[in-house]
Amino acid sequence: MNEKKELRLSIPKEEVLQPGHLACQGCGASLAMRYALKALGRDIIVDIPACCWAVIDGPFPYSATNIPIYHTAFETAAAVASGVTNGLKAIGNDHTTVMAWAGDGGTFDIGIQALSGAAERNDDIIYTVYDNEAYMNTGIQRSSATPHGAWTTTTPVKHYRKGWKKDLDSIMVAHGIPYLATASIAYPEDMIKKYLKAQKIKGTKFIHVYAPCPTGWKSDPAMTIHLAKMVVETNIFPLYEVENGKYKINIKPKNRKPLDEYLAMQGRFKHLPQEEIEYLQRTFDEKWEILLKKEEHFG
Amino acid sequence: MKTVMNGDFAASYGAMTSDVKFVAAYPITPQTLIVEKLSELVADGELDASFVKVESEHSAMAACIGAQAAGIRTFTATSSQGLLLMCEVLHWAARARLPIVLANVNRAVAPGWSIWADAQDSISQRDTGWMQVYAENNQDVYDSILMAYKIAEDNDVLLPMMVNLDAFFLSHTSEVVDLIDNDKAKEFLPAYDPEYKLDPKNPRAFGALTSPEHYFEFTYKMFEAMEVAKKKITQVGKEFGDIFGRYYDMTESYKIDDAETVLVTFGTIAGTAKESVDRLRKEGKKVGNLKIRVFRPFPAEQIIDALKNAKRVVVIDRDYSYGNEGAFYTEIKGALYDANLRIDTYGMIAGLGGRDVSTTVIKEIVEKAETSEPNKTYFIGVKK
Amino acid sequence: MLLQLKLPSIRLNKEISVEEKKIELNKVDEFPPMPVSLGSMRVNKTSSWRNFRPIIDGEKCIGCGICWKFCPEPAIFPTNPPEVDYDYCKGCGICIANCPVDAITRQDETK
Repeated sequence: MNEKKELRLSIPKEEVLQPGHLACQGCGASLAMRYALKALGRDIIVDIPACCWAVIDGPFPYSATNIPIYHTAFETAAAVASGVTNGLKAIGNDHTTVMAWAGDGGTFDIGIQALSGAAERNDDIIYTVYDNEAYMNTGIQRSSATPHGAWTTTTPVKHYRKGWKKDLDSIMVAHGIPYLATASIAYPEDMIKKYLKAQKIKGTKFIHVYAPCPTGWKSDPAMTIHLAKMVVETNIFPLYEVENGKYKINIKPKNRKPLDEYLAMQGRFKHLPQEEIEYLQRTFDEKWEILLKKEEHFG
Repeated sequence: MKTVMNGDFAASYGAMTSDVKFVAAYPITPQTLIVEKLSELVADGELDASFVKVESEHSAMAACIGAQAAGIRTFTATSSQGLLLMCEVLHWAARARLPIVLANVNRAVAPGWSIWADAQDSISQRDTGWMQVYAENNQDVYDSILMAYKIAEDNDVLLPMMVNLDAFFLSHTSEVVDLIDNDKAKEFLPAYDPEYKLDPKNPRAFGALTSPEHYFEFTYKMFEAMEVAKKKITQVGKEFGDIFGRYYDMTESYKIDDAETVLVTFGTIAGTAKESVDRLRKEGKKVGNLKIRVFRPFPAEQIIDALKNAKRVVVIDRDYSYGNEGAFYTEIKGALYDANLRIDTYGMIAGLGGRDVSTTVIKEIVEKAETSEPNKTYFIGVKK
Repeated sequence: MLLQLKLPSIRLNKEISVEEKKIELNKVDEFPPMPVSLGSMRVNKTSSWRNFRPIIDGEKCIGCGICWKFCPEPAIFPTNPPEVDYDYCKGCGICIANCPVDAITRQDETK
């Protein structure tokens, strides 16, 4: 070790998110916010509907982010952001970044109408969904982002989730928005680059962040980064961008890892029989092939 | 400038004269003319505002919440089912203390589908924390919107205000409306500049988790604000009159000084009731009318003062609180009880779903009160 | 590229309050009109959440910055070697699991 050398930093040093927040140990959603704010800075207004982050930022009269935050109703993240951004433009403010920051329930389910409205109007916002694949803040109930096979409190082991996670990214691409990206908290450099790019583009930007939840997934809090990495290496959650309809896959694993290990690290998949694991593997491989074709044809 | 326009246009021009910078709205009959006119005014550059054509009323109010929270004066308009869809976010706007102004065209609630006048929509939103005005005519609609911003934006009030107008009887009926010059309006209503807003230079988190240790105080603060609002509404109504020549208050008394029977009415029925009072007086009946112009905050003091000498109080409700009686009737009785006034009261439910409440119907109501048992509710005109 | 990145700067009306100041609201008149933040969550020391503490071995550390990068609080100072902010570390173990040279060990908290 060289005393004179500074610590090697691959992401911005300055912290907007402060410690003391209320995220669980090893929370992926808190890392997602930490990285997003490192990219976007402080000239920003963020609205947060009901989701884990409604609690994480802290109770009245405190805030962990110390940026303008507007807590709002469950289904209104996109609509409130539309109001803020268009209101600011009406008084000549073109510089402040406006971001909606919602969980998967508030995005895939109850908030999809307002999101679709904002995207169709191409309102100038960044919409982030931090996806922990269930209603975690209310105590781990299934959402339409919950993957096939998973246990949640409303899809108990004997009646585990059947059916595929809603392909919201394709739905958003179909809206013709200028920018969509997927990101994983295990790849902060990639994620920050995507936020920086989104900030420069006018119109609706949609960023889908994979954010593991040790509490809801029954995984070891220390394994959060490992899970967020494996999900990319197994092609379950590929990292890609769609810019004006053009697909670009950011990471193509040389040797796709089998998903057994990923599943084994999470209590929510413990009950899965071998044929279900094989079915999952087949389907994820097929979905990956489709994505490759999209890149080939629309790249 | 005097011009002829319907009530919906009066609402649109009211927003324009108030110099709103942001509108978000979704169409619903019979509010549609409001959004159409506003779209036109924005497109023609007469109104310098952003107009977001949202995908629902829920998002209309949510977008107004976002813009207003960022320190921008906003306006929206809706009716009936649309107002009901907004319910959750109406509460949000009020507890967030955002002085948003909304024009609601009073229309019946389905099923069966009805697009006609009925106050069930706004009455069912009574407890959302919004101030409520019920307009009698199109001039009232226009003036009330301008006054609403002045009252709502007062630092000691900071509550949203709903200006209600009856479907078709006002929304689609043309009347003379005297429009106020923009410069004069700006003198009356200065630019919106709130102390608490979303501002990166002064960052704050709004509406976070609030424990039992703190939540109660925020509700108490709304109680205090509503009390202040009562005074402000009267004060602003007088100030408005001094400048523009049209005076307003929370209530309006018509020939009640010597009246034995006092009608209590709101909305367009109040106008018809005044005409009825004149006709009934010609028949030798001592009748008067008390118009409730503002329902929230509730003008109990003014009501007590106006009704204290009456022998009979006849409340006409174009709404019905299922399982009880008309909403206005309940509240008027409560005010009288608080003042130890034991007056015979009559709850008259009339005009639901757009049925006409003509002078003939009001005459029937007065006769019904004269010949019926007091302290009861009667449905007027039900086919039996 | 990201290494050199500076956050877009903004001039604040006043210093952002990251002080650990407890806000006392004893009378209703002291309350703002709506629930609005008046101070930083830094008042909330999360050290009590912890069952074990990570110990960074400065000799073994290669200064790669990975522990700092992946801390969700953040409760690691970007010094070389990095230092853990034990006031806030919740003991999730991400830093331990991701250290490429096993320079961070866990030490159980004595109850």
